[in-house]
Order: sequence, then structure tokens, then C-alpha cells
Amino acid sequence: MKLITAVIKPFKLDEVKEALKAAGVTGMTVTEVQGFGRQSGHTEVYRGAEYTVDFVPKVKVEVLADDAAADDLAAAIAGAAKTDKIGDGKIWITAVEGVQRIRTGERDTDAL
Amino acid sequence: MDTGDAAWVLISSALVLFMTPGLALFYGGMDRTRNVLNMLMMNFWCLLIVPVVWAIGGFSLAQVPFDNDLIGGFDAAFLRDLGILQDGGSALLTAVFLGMFAVITPALISGAVADRMKFSAWAVFVPVWLILVFVPVFKWVYGGWLGQRGSLDFAGGTAIHVNAGIAALAAVLVLGKRRGWPGEGHPPHSMPLVMIGTGILWFGWFGFNAGSALGASGQAIQAFTNTFLAAAAAGLSWAVVERLRDGHFTNLGAASGIVAGLVAITPGAGFVAGMSPIWIGLATGVICCYAVGLKTKAGYDDALDVVGVHFVGGLVGSLAIGLFAEPEYFGLDFMAGLFHGGDLELLLEQALANGVTIVYSFIVTGLIMLALKATIGVRVSEETEHNGLDLAEHAETAYSTGTASLAGH
Repeated sequence: MKLITAVIKPFKLDEVKEALKAAGVTGMTVTEVQGFGRQSGHTEVYRGAEYTVDFVPKVKVEVLADDAAADDLAAAIAGAAKTDKIGDGKIWITAVEGVQRIRTGERDTDAL
Repeated sequence: MDTGDAAWVLISSALVLFMTPGLALFYGGMDRTRNVLNMLMMNFWCLLIVPVVWAIGGFSLAQVPFDNDLIGGFDAAFLRDLGILQDGGSALLTAVFLGMFAVITPALISGAVADRMKFSAWAVFVPVWLILVFVPVFKWVYGGWLGQRGSLDFAGGTAIHVNAGIAALAAVLVLGKRRGWPGEGHPPHSMPLVMIGTGILWFGWFGFNAGSALGASGQAIQAFTNTFLAAAAAGLSWAVVERLRDGHFTNLGAASGIVAGLVAITPGAGFVAGMSPIWIGLATGVICCYAVGLKTKAGYDDALDVVGVHFVGGLVGSLAIGLFAEPEYFGLDFMAGLFHGGDLELLLEQALANGVTIVYSFIVTGLIMLALKATIGVRVSEETEHNGLDLAEHAETAYSTGTASLAGH
């Protein structure tokens, strides 16, 4: 199994969610996060003094997937989140050793 | 006492009281999330301690008897001789109206010492400063030797804003810079608080200025109009300077300009008319917009620009009376400004009154701060400054939800 983690622009969350649902995903976790990449931060000016804000607000989406489906889901996220402008974010895939559904005790792919 | 006059001054007193919570929000929004409650409490402390000190002896020393040159006496201490049967409450009304001004004057200083002053030191500073600095300067300007020479200060440009502004400078020179200033940024944590605070200040300032006519008179109406126009003009010119210089119309620029304009029209509110408040406001917005940049060049950490807005704005407005005062328009007996048939005399008296206030307030405030530094100490620990004064000094947190503290960092 794989964990797909995507850090995206917050206003793209709805489109990413719909794309994942369309691809058959039945669950996801979303977190508001802050960080910076190549987009870097921005500058604010108060009474003529400039302040650099390093961390930009982003949304982190986490989805668990079957090994076979992981690349397609990553592609679905990328398709929905892409604006072609700097700051679109990143997607990475990591291996997951085990998954368990708490209510039923089902394990691994049955628990997805 | 005329019932209309009494009603207007009573309402004005309440308006001026409301300015101190307004100032607290104006400053609090500019502060950081971890220090906002400390800022609010510094202002509210003035609402707790000053009325008591004012009743015990502050008012008496500041105004009774009115024609003493240097300082009043104790005739009206403990509110003696202010009974409502003697004069219908006129003297008591004056005492309570001026008490509101006594509350907000030390509160103005809190913006300069933000983020690093021990609350216990502030708690002692306020009543001591009130008696040793505010009371004598207020006496000299109103009824005392500076006023008798002919200098004008309608609602407290010299006695309040120049006085508190220069005191703020002396206080921060003793207190020292915030750690990390000016390299580390200290941007406002909540501009909406700043904007609502500005609105409350403007609203309250109608009582501050128009109430200072001490009656529902034509002079009050003119002061009210001037308060309306000067604030707008200064907000406009500050915002335009920022648009041209930095590229954007900013909320903080508009708010700062409005407050600077209110400060600047305070001394002349009942002495100027026509388009004069607009000229005074436009000039003040430009001058103060540049004056707030001085602290980084000169190296004094006036955290929220009390010097750049209140000292500079008050001084500009006070000197402007020397140009714009129109006794004929008001039908009153005071010196005319240069543009209305006067000579240089009024301008020189304005300069003298402000000069004396600056020297006295700067020295005595500096001495009070040095005395506090040598005894109870004036600065919080490095750890408290880093973690925030709200928790360490007040055991409270302004924004306690997890997401708010993350997003508002």
C-alpha cells in the first residue's frame, strides 16, 4: 500500500477532492499547513517598513491507496491542482507497512 | 448651568472615556498575538487607577484654583467643594470631563513601550507620571503661566499629545529596544482590530474636541466640523503618500493618517475654521507618514509610533494655530495667526509652550523610568519577551484555538 501526500494551493482543494472521488477514492485527510518552496513567501508593508512572510498557507491532502492505483491517483491530483503558476505544490508517494480499520478490524487493502 | 450645555458635556465625557478602549484596540491590533492582552491591560489599567488618583488630588492640583501659575492646591482634593448645590454641578462636570483626558494621556504612552515592559513597572509608572508630569503641564497650559502668556491649546495638543509623545520617547530610551528590533519583523497581528479601534477613536474624538468648548455652542459645532474634516484629510494624504511611495493603499496607512489628523486638529479645534482643518490635516498626513520612519534611522524603538503620530502630529497642529487662528470668526479674544492678520507672536508663544512641555516632560519621564529601573526593574525577562507577555504577566491567552494560534503566528 501507498500513502499519497499532496501539498496544494488551498483554492484548489475542491477540485482535487472531486477528482479523487471520481477516481474511486472513498476517504482522505486534509490539513491546513504553512511552508515554502520555490514560490517562497511574500512581502507586506506596514507604515513603510517591509516584512517578509516566509510561510505560505497551503493545504495538505493525504490519501491511502492500493499499490496499483497510487500513480493514477497522483496523476488525478496533479491534473486538478495544476495552475501552471509557481506555488502549485508537490505530491509524494511513500510505502505503508500496514493499515487497519478501527471499527471492524479489517486489515490492509480491505481497510482502504 | 444651562441644561443644553450640561447635556453636551456629559455626553462628551462618555465619548472621551470610550476612546481609551478604542486606543487599546488600535494598539492591540498592531501588536503580536502573544502580547495583545498585555497591551489591552496597559490601557485598561489607566481606566482603573487614574480616576481614583484624579478624585483624590489630581484634579485639584491640575485646576484648582484656576489662575495659579504653576500648580493647583488641595482645595478640591477628595472632590471637596464640588457639590452640585453650589453651581448646579458645573465644577463637578468639569472635574469628570477632564478626568477622561487624564485617563487617556498616560495610555497613549503604552504603544511605545509595547512588548517588553514589566506590567508592575507600568502599574507604578501611570499614577506617578500622572502627578509629576501630566498634572503640572496641564496646569501651565490651562490657567497657568503658559496659557496666561497667550498660547492656545483647545483640547490638549500640547498638554496631552506632545506631552505623552515626548514622554514615550524618554520611556523607550530607558527601556531599550525589543529583542530582534529592527531586524526581526513585528507586523500587526489583526488589522481589523486596528480599524475598529480607529473608528472608536474618531467617534470619541468628537467629545474630546467639541466637548472642550464646555457647552453646546457655535464653537463646539466648529470644533466638531474640524474634527470631521482634519481626520479625513490626514487619512487621505497619508494613504496617497503610501500609494505613491510603496505602491498600495493600506489599511494601516489610512488608520494612522486618521489618528494623526485627529491629534493635529486637537489644539486648534476651537480656534480655526473654514478650509483650515483640511490644510492642517493634509500636511499632517504627509509629515507623520515620513516621521514614523525616523525611529529606524535614529535607533529608538518606539514600537507603535507614539512619537511619530502623537508627538509630531501634536506639534504640527499646535504650531499650525500660529498660522490659522481666526479670533474674528469666533468673536472671541485670542491672538490671530499669521494668515489671519496676526503677527509672529502667537507662533512664538506656541513654540514656547511646546518647547517647555518637551523639555520638562522628557526629563521628568526619563527620571521616573530610571528610578523604576533601579528599583523594581522595567523589563521583562528574555524568556517572557520571547514567549509573550500575555501568559507570563497576565496568565491569559488571547486566541486559544489551535488553528488560530497557528494561522496567526
